[in-house]
Amino acid sequence: MNAHAPIPTADAGCGVTIRQERGQRAVFCGLTGIVWLHRKIQDAFFLVVGSRTCAHLIQSAAGVMIFAEPRFATAIIDERDLAGLADMNEELDRVTRRLIERRPDIRLLFLVGSCPSEVIKLDLPRAAQRLSQSFAPDVRVLSYSGSGIETTFTQGEDACLAALVPELPRTAAEAAPSLLVVGALADVVEDQFARLFAEMGLEHVAFLPARRAGAMPAVGPNTRILLAQPFLADTARALEARGATRLPAPFPLGAEGTTAWLRAAADAFDVEPGRFADATAPGLRRAEQALAPYRALLGGRRVFFFPDSQLELPLARFLSREMGATLIEVGTPYLHRGHMAPELALLPAGTEVVEGQSLDAQMDRCRTARPDLTVCGLGLANPLEAEGLATKWSIELLFTPIQGYDQAGDLAELFARPLVRRTRLEV
Amino acid sequence: MQLTLWTYEGPPHIGAMRVATAMRGLHYVLHAPQGDTYADLLFTMIERRDARPPVTYTTFQARDLGADTAAIFQTAVSDAYARFRPEAMIVGASCTAELIQDDPGGLARALDLPIPVIPLELPAYQKKENWGASETFYRLVRALAGPKAEPAPRAGRRPLCNILGPTALGFRHRDDLVEIEKLLGALGIDVNVVAPWGASPADLGRLSAADFNVVLYPEIARAAAQHLQKTFGQPMVETVPIGVGATIRFVEEVAALANVDPAPVLAGAPSRLPWYSRSVDSTYLTGKRVFIFGDATHALAIARVAAAELGFKVVGLGTYTREFAREVRAEAALHGIEATITDDYLDVEAAIQAAGAELVLGTQMERHIAKRLGVPCAVISAPIHVQDFPARHSPKMGFEGANVLFDTLVHPLMMGLEEHLLGMFREDAEFHDGAAPSHLPRHGTAPSVPAAVEPAAPAIEIPLTAPPSDDAPAAWEASAEKELKKIPFFVRGKARANTERFARERALSRITVETLYDAKAHFGR
Repeated sequence: MNAHAPIPTADAGCGVTIRQERGQRAVFCGLTGIVWLHRKIQDAFFLVVGSRTCAHLIQSAAGVMIFAEPRFATAIIDERDLAGLADMNEELDRVTRRLIERRPDIRLLFLVGSCPSEVIKLDLPRAAQRLSQSFAPDVRVLSYSGSGIETTFTQGEDACLAALVPELPRTAAEAAPSLLVVGALADVVEDQFARLFAEMGLEHVAFLPARRAGAMPAVGPNTRILLAQPFLADTARALEARGATRLPAPFPLGAEGTTAWLRAAADAFDVEPGRFADATAPGLRRAEQALAPYRALLGGRRVFFFPDSQLELPLARFLSREMGATLIEVGTPYLHRGHMAPELALLPAGTEVVEGQSLDAQMDRCRTARPDLTVCGLGLANPLEAEGLATKWSIELLFTPIQGYDQAGDLAELFARPLVRRTRLEV
Repeated sequence: MQLTLWTYEGPPHIGAMRVATAMRGLHYVLHAPQGDTYADLLFTMIERRDARPPVTYTTFQARDLGADTAAIFQTAVSDAYARFRPEAMIVGASCTAELIQDDPGGLARALDLPIPVIPLELPAYQKKENWGASETFYRLVRALAGPKAEPAPRAGRRPLCNILGPTALGFRHRDDLVEIEKLLGALGIDVNVVAPWGASPADLGRLSAADFNVVLYPEIARAAAQHLQKTFGQPMVETVPIGVGATIRFVEEVAALANVDPAPVLAGAPSRLPWYSRSVDSTYLTGKRVFIFGDATHALAIARVAAAELGFKVVGLGTYTREFAREVRAEAALHGIEATITDDYLDVEAAIQAAGAELVLGTQMERHIAKRLGVPCAVISAPIHVQDFPARHSPKMGFEGANVLFDTLVHPLMMGLEEHLLGMFREDAEFHDGAAPSHLPRHGTAPSVPAAVEPAAPAIEIPLTAPPSDDAPAAWEASAEKELKKIPFFVRGKARANTERFARERALSRITVETLYDAKAHFGR
């Protein structure tokens, strides 16, 4: 689904080198997306069809959240299923029925494919169709793949949202142009953006995913989509297939990114420049004020990004342009040339972008460069700290509200905190 | 298929990682899809290790499926050998790679590396983490321990033993090892090899030089120790030294095997647990209903400590380790109960509720169940979160381990009793909602006491005008009510409830002073 044919090494045309690397990858699989997605869609349940490893992964990623009656679980394939002693489709139906009986509040059920279910070619889309019919009209059942062989970390959200797109209602042909903001955002951030668009005078603004299964937005040829997250390749393609038009923009990280992102929508809806300035001025002023103290801490710091979420390019752009940091290497698990074009155009000339990973080689480059700050996953963070490198663990950037004006200071603080901590500790 | 939210154990390759990460000079090449590297962070975050586990993953993706994955595996093995120069390697497949049927052992053998490369067969759809650790350790010992070393004659030298079982991500393995080495040292016994913890493949080659083996965690090291017993005739001690009694038995067994005198080690009062448990402050622990669940080693050992050393009543005992179900069932029978053998936390929750436990001793999961049920709890077994890999010395084994156990098992109860008092005597001046816990110092001004003391729990007062019904309590006569007030405040609520129950069962319409004392005589234990 998300495995893309390698594109030959190309210069993006703005002095940024993009290199591809293959080898061992230290990244999460797409199942991890469930951990934040289930909190966003409040009446959805995510049932992974996989192995004990999948259940163990989600448990490790979800931490203590697993006990608060979360809306996700794993149907563990066992040897009886594999040996053909049990009909796997019947087993899946049985497990799902038991689940729906226990959780009658569920309106939308996602069957989430894993590496084992993909490799044995269990037909989850068909199972979803079958179960949808048997639970209609109370529960809709959809499927997508969050397997490691096909998705990396945040691509799980992409696959999930892309599965929702064909189900979205169609807008009337004569409907007024509408704006659809795509990508799961923290509720507080979503509300801030909704207010900003309202102040600009945009009347028809919706968010995908919606907070409830029954309230998903409509889509059609009059829909303009604005991606709030950089990892939504398949979702954007599915929306475009339904006639929607994507508005190219950098991503709303930092003051500059947020303004440019909002401006893309304002321009598409012919918002008068004065009105745009009035709507954005207070946020911009607050963001500038919040960012100022962190410039002294982050300015001139040399930063190295390991690949993780596809947020690396916009984050690097924010750190370099707004905080004055120097970029050593920006790793990303996957780079969508089209969606990233506005970001690439803003990166300083000479930035080394590496798509994919060969873990040991990349760690060698990192050790040689001895960056002031290394952004990486939790499997690498403590080992690099033990080698004397300051690190910022990257997963936090997915769970913390970081988009928009009023989170710009928090975003800078996330990077500044490990550096501040090192100056404080005397042991 | 099994519907699972929480799993007590990871897949078997996590067990193999625990063995590899515990050792030095060993590298594990795991044929696994992208994403399985999540397991690294169990070691770097939960155990706070300062280096990556010695594991190379092939992290294949969908585009690699087909003939490519075997080549990727071979490249990973060669690269890992070239980079890390290990003394030996283990190779195997995770659950997905098991399905694509590359043969890690054969592929690695074809590379003809100049070191031992040991293939692991870990059936991911049948077995789990602890089995994986045991199997990996057994395979390593089988491949690397030999040939038989002729031990020097016993006369004129100190006895020599191996300590088997401690791994990475083990519950208190680090500190247990310190205690056991201290005990053996005090007995005059030398340690030949500790494994897997800190051992190199070369160290495993020296295993046969020891006189006997000490198995600390049977679910991890029993298979390897049995192999050593069969191959080299090394006897093993399998008594798990958790608790005072078990530690004494352990010392005696080890001393007998080593032909040394245990008396000096057992002399005096090597643990504070016995005196603490006998001190009158502990009297209220008598008969406390305790539910115990965990891995087999800890569940079995803690059940004995709870019953024989703290005077609790074991009302529930269980394990998620199916391999040791027989032992746990036998132990449960000694307590007159049926064991809970399950890996479904909902079954455990139901069993805890059914048993009416006053204290739960279990894993991280039971901690959350207990929190939900409002029952005190202590953690005695993996799986565990980061707080149970403490910075301080905190063993479970040996005499110091017994001290730690006493504190760990009693502390939540102290807290429980205090909370109970706060709930029951909300109306008393010293026990109200705003009162700080007694073990916390007050800062500055005392917390404000509600000016007008509200009558407690009006909800349970039955209005006098209520229509009479079968279970309406009898009315208290004023004199009886006054007598009730003389009963110490911490048992007053119970006395009231018992008296009303007594009156109800006998259909008495009024409660007199006589009724109060009749009930007391009836219910008194």
